[in-house]
Amino acid sequence: MNELLEACRRAISLILSADRDLLEIVLLSLRVSLSAVFLASLIGLPLGACLALFRVPGRRALTILISALMGLPPVVAGLVLYLILSRSGPLGVLGLLYTPTAMILVQTALVLPIVAALTRQVVEDLFQEYRELFLSLRVSRLRAVAALLWDGRFRLFPVLLAGFGRAIAEVGAVMIVGGNIDHLTRVMTTAIALETSRGDLSLALALGMILLLLTLLINTIVFLVREVAGDGAPRNAAFWSQR
Amino acid sequence: MNAPWLRLEHVSYELSGKRLIDDLAHDFCSNEITVLLGPNGAGKSLTLRLCHGLITPTSGRVTWPGARPSGLRQAFVFQRPVLLRRSARANVDFALAGHEPNRTRRRERAARALERVGLLNQAEQPARTLSVGEQQRLALARSWALEPDVIFLDEPTASLDPAAVDQVERIIQAISTSGAKVVMTTHDLPQARRLAREVCFLHRGRLLESAPSETFFDAPRTAEAASFIQGRLFW
Repeated sequence: MNELLEACRRAISLILSADRDLLEIVLLSLRVSLSAVFLASLIGLPLGACLALFRVPGRRALTILISALMGLPPVVAGLVLYLILSRSGPLGVLGLLYTPTAMILVQTALVLPIVAALTRQVVEDLFQEYRELFLSLRVSRLRAVAALLWDGRFRLFPVLLAGFGRAIAEVGAVMIVGGNIDHLTRVMTTAIALETSRGDLSLALALGMILLLLTLLINTIVFLVREVAGDGAPRNAAFWSQR
Repeated sequence: MNAPWLRLEHVSYELSGKRLIDDLAHDFCSNEITVLLGPNGAGKSLTLRLCHGLITPTSGRVTWPGARPSGLRQAFVFQRPVLLRRSARANVDFALAGHEPNRTRRRERAARALERVGLLNQAEQPARTLSVGEQQRLALARSWALEPDVIFLDEPTASLDPAAVDQVERIIQAISTSGAKVVMTTHDLPQARRLAREVCFLHRGRLLESAPSETFFDAPRTAEAASFIQGRLFW
């Protein structure tokens, strides 16, 4: 018990003293996961909107596939990208294995299905409402996509945060393609796994606390955004207390 | 009698085997306000949508005789205003974007449109936070801003209180005075009396009669219209 308390105390002092190793790991985690969310949004937002709007052949199959990929196990994503990037793989010549770029790519693959599938849902709901107006105003397809994404912004922002939550918390994929190399590809989750197995609980705990705080922060933001996203419609939260 | 500008030729519309609009034939000639009148479920909204091209007839044709090749400029106001999740001004701006490429002129036109319906002070307010009456006025402003030759209004006052109804009716009359032809649906008899120059009476998907307003209300030709005017129709 004392040992645990001591580990906690040291973890907190590591955070408070802004330990250099700790900071490096946290910053790399943020860089990798934020880049992955950015790339996934760049593809996933328009892709989701197009799936919602356009009746193209193969649309249903693609929609089902993307929904299924939302549950893609990170280790499997890691394994596939490992095979592609490894020396004998098709993209081996790029020498990307065990680099932050590889980690960004694998997390992009994990976040993309979430962004695309949920965007499709949001945009489809909104399009139901706007369809006749767009038809009446003869809005072009491109403008319709842009307008729907913009008008769905309050509901799409939490989608991106959900993607970020998945990216920042996963271990398996970055472990496989990143290799958890000290000062190079070590992120919070892989560091926690390693330090715990090595018995250095204080660093693992410190990182765990930061990870928890980040998750809490993300969920707070999502909650607040949902609060203001009600299009100004009155909230019924006070229903029970009013009686 | 003016020359017809919109012609329905044996227009029918079916949905999953059910005939909702049955062999409608009519020439729209009035340059003022034409009211499609009838009880709920008569097919008024569907007829309006067929005219505007939001839905395609199962059989028959909708044509615009005498119009320039690009057709008449049309606008449509929905029964429940469809407003974008943006400010009132941005809503008008969005509609204008396809018509007025110049940003400054677009801004001016949007401001003028909001002023005409008395919403200039709420221009920056999110459209969804406006009251129901204000939302309908914004929808009217957005359509009017397009300077349409024809404007279609689907039950524009259906869910409004008397004061808001009065405001909306004034706007409709102003739109008509400004030179646009107005085609609107309503099941509200007093409103039809107040606004209509010409009345088309629909019942169960069929056009039973069309006549100048006074003629229709004083001497309806069909039994259905007569009982509707007396408040006894029933679907």
